Amino acid sequence: MDFTPIIDGFGIVLQPTNLLYCLIGVVIGMLIGVLPGLGPAATIAILLPITYGVEPVSAIIMLAGIFYGAQYGGTITSVLLRLPGEASSVVTVFDGFAMAKQGRAGAALGIAAIGSFIGGTVSIIGLSVLAPVIAGYALDFGPPEYAALGLLGVLLVSTVGNGGKLKAVIAAALGLLIATVGRDSFTGAERFTFGNLNLADGIDFVPIAMGLFGLGEILYNLEENHKKVHAPAKVTKVWPSRKDLSDSKGAIARGSGIGFGLGVLPGGGAVLSSLVAYAVEKRRAKQPERFGRGAIEGVAAPETANNAAATSSFIPLLTLGIPANATMALMFGALLLQGVQPGPQLVDTHPDIFWGVINSMYIGNILLLIMSIPMVGVFVRILRVRPAILAPITALITVLGVYTVNNSVFDIYLVIVFGVVGYLMKKFGFDPGPMVLAFVLGTLIESSARQSLLIFGGDPTGFLTRPISGTVLAAIVAVAIFPLVRKVIRARRGGPVDAPGSTPTEIPAGTPAEIPDRETTEAK
Amino acid sequence: MSTTSEPARPEAADAAEVDILEELKAELAHDLEEERPPHAGPLAQVAAGLVTLALGVAGVVLSLGYGLGSLTQPGPGLWPFAVSVAVTALSVAQVAFGRRAQDTEQFTRSSALTALGVLSLVVLAGLLPVIGFEVPSLVLMVVWLRFLGGESWRMTALISVVTVAAFYALFVLALSIPLPRLI
Repeated sequence: MDFTPIIDGFGIVLQPTNLLYCLIGVVIGMLIGVLPGLGPAATIAILLPITYGVEPVSAIIMLAGIFYGAQYGGTITSVLLRLPGEASSVVTVFDGFAMAKQGRAGAALGIAAIGSFIGGTVSIIGLSVLAPVIAGYALDFGPPEYAALGLLGVLLVSTVGNGGKLKAVIAAALGLLIATVGRDSFTGAERFTFGNLNLADGIDFVPIAMGLFGLGEILYNLEENHKKVHAPAKVTKVWPSRKDLSDSKGAIARGSGIGFGLGVLPGGGAVLSSLVAYAVEKRRAKQPERFGRGAIEGVAAPETANNAAATSSFIPLLTLGIPANATMALMFGALLLQGVQPGPQLVDTHPDIFWGVINSMYIGNILLLIMSIPMVGVFVRILRVRPAILAPITALITVLGVYTVNNSVFDIYLVIVFGVVGYLMKKFGFDPGPMVLAFVLGTLIESSARQSLLIFGGDPTGFLTRPISGTVLAAIVAVAIFPLVRKVIRARRGGPVDAPGSTPTEIPAGTPAEIPDRETTEAK
Repeated sequence: MSTTSEPARPEAADAAEVDILEELKAELAHDLEEERPPHAGPLAQVAAGLVTLALGVAGVVLSLGYGLGSLTQPGPGLWPFAVSVAVTALSVAQVAFGRRAQDTEQFTRSSALTALGVLSLVVLAGLLPVIGFEVPSLVLMVVWLRFLGGESWRMTALISVVTVAAFYALFVLALSIPLPRLI
């Protein structure tokens, strides 16, 4: 392995501008993590216009900092207010808040910060080792592989998350449809433009992301802004005792592994890994009844895992150009805005971005550890800021920000429209995440699929006979069928098991047909 | 590849673990429920499905018009057609089987706040090219703080003026972005 680019990467990170952007990123991340309401995806979406005027490396360093910084900050509200600042800190509420009630808030925050730091750092090392290997392997991928991988990514993100899976898949399919608006790059024909010139070049990623994630979330939160803010629990001595540390050693080690592993998978990510890490600890524990009553492992495991996962979810983006979750879809969009195509060639064509971003995470994690332990008091005080004050400021940043991108009032209206769509989607149980992800990947999937058809001379079985795309397609079928199979198994415990993927010859267009069955079984 | 071998590991250990996971999710849902308005019932589920169904059908019709071409010569409509068919099929499934899901939320009286918020944004977008960003921004701040957020007049005045001044300093003075402006 050639270490020169890695070391050059550190040189890039240590430039004062990049250090500054890293600091800005992690401070914003920590802040929005602490403030309930806006999540990292919404914040990154709202700040996209800023990245236009910034060097690509600095922009991505800052956006990445927001993402993993939010994982640290989300803990604070979970522990002190029983209000998860981030979805990935939701399970921390059980034991974190119980510890706070017992006067051990400091220990809970301390162990969460230490766990996050260890999980994050382990994951960065894994990322540095694994990413170039995967990227090298992926260089051989052709259009059929990309079409299949893109579809798998969209499907996994829709089905692995919480909430209505059927609706998430519908949202994703609509995202694919929105991506086709504008001039068809193969034939030049205009699609879904209705003669509107503003739509001829397609809908920009920025207003969609800012609307669905940013404004949609602001509008959704407006309904409960007037609620009173609770006073946070007192924090004293943010340092876990020696016993706390030895109790949570195993949880942190396992949490790092679980987080890293699940973070790499599309749709895995921080939320799922925190749930799984908590469940693993509870199952391993000699006295599982301690969980929910202030077990320190119940804080250490999910907080370690969510941070490890946040870091490792960069792997599919940086090596394959396939974002693993909605936030990574925003990173993907931000890179494209900068004229950088994420993919296996990134490590060779833009080693500065590749290693600069990865190495900036070491620095970012150290900064966050400092902010989470000695400086935690500052952030606890921010808890008193009322959401009602932040809402109009973020709304203004959004609408004025999107205007500055193209100096276009049309874009403001577009953001408002997508903001309303995002709000309604949330009200009706549709997750906007899969829609944005599908929108981002839509063009890639379509053009790869069409190029593949040209390569295969119009024979779609070509997708199945190529080993990698065939495997990925089999995985797509398995993903679609797996929940159904699991329900069946659970329905008749220990009964004969149907093997998943027994019909791997099915083409992806057939997979939606599986979903109604799954939904009925789910309703039982 | 890792995508196919990796899921096997967590899933194998899953059997017992899934139950804890499901329990956790149920507990979470219960915990968060007290904070959210009640779910909107089967009618909303069907309505949601019908809206996406309409989009799917419209997509099918329009993409047929663009020309499907053949598999050797895919036309511009082929991919949107395939996606629209998927949207349509999934929406039918939603209408048929999704009635009992509880993932929707009723519109409450506070939903009117959101409507007012949207209206203020549309007004801002309309006035921006005419009279610049300062006055509309100030109005938006006042409306959101005082009427949507229930802040006191004193806080409202203070925060609105400071925020608009900060935007002016940032956009106009520091970054010299050509934002339409009054002054």
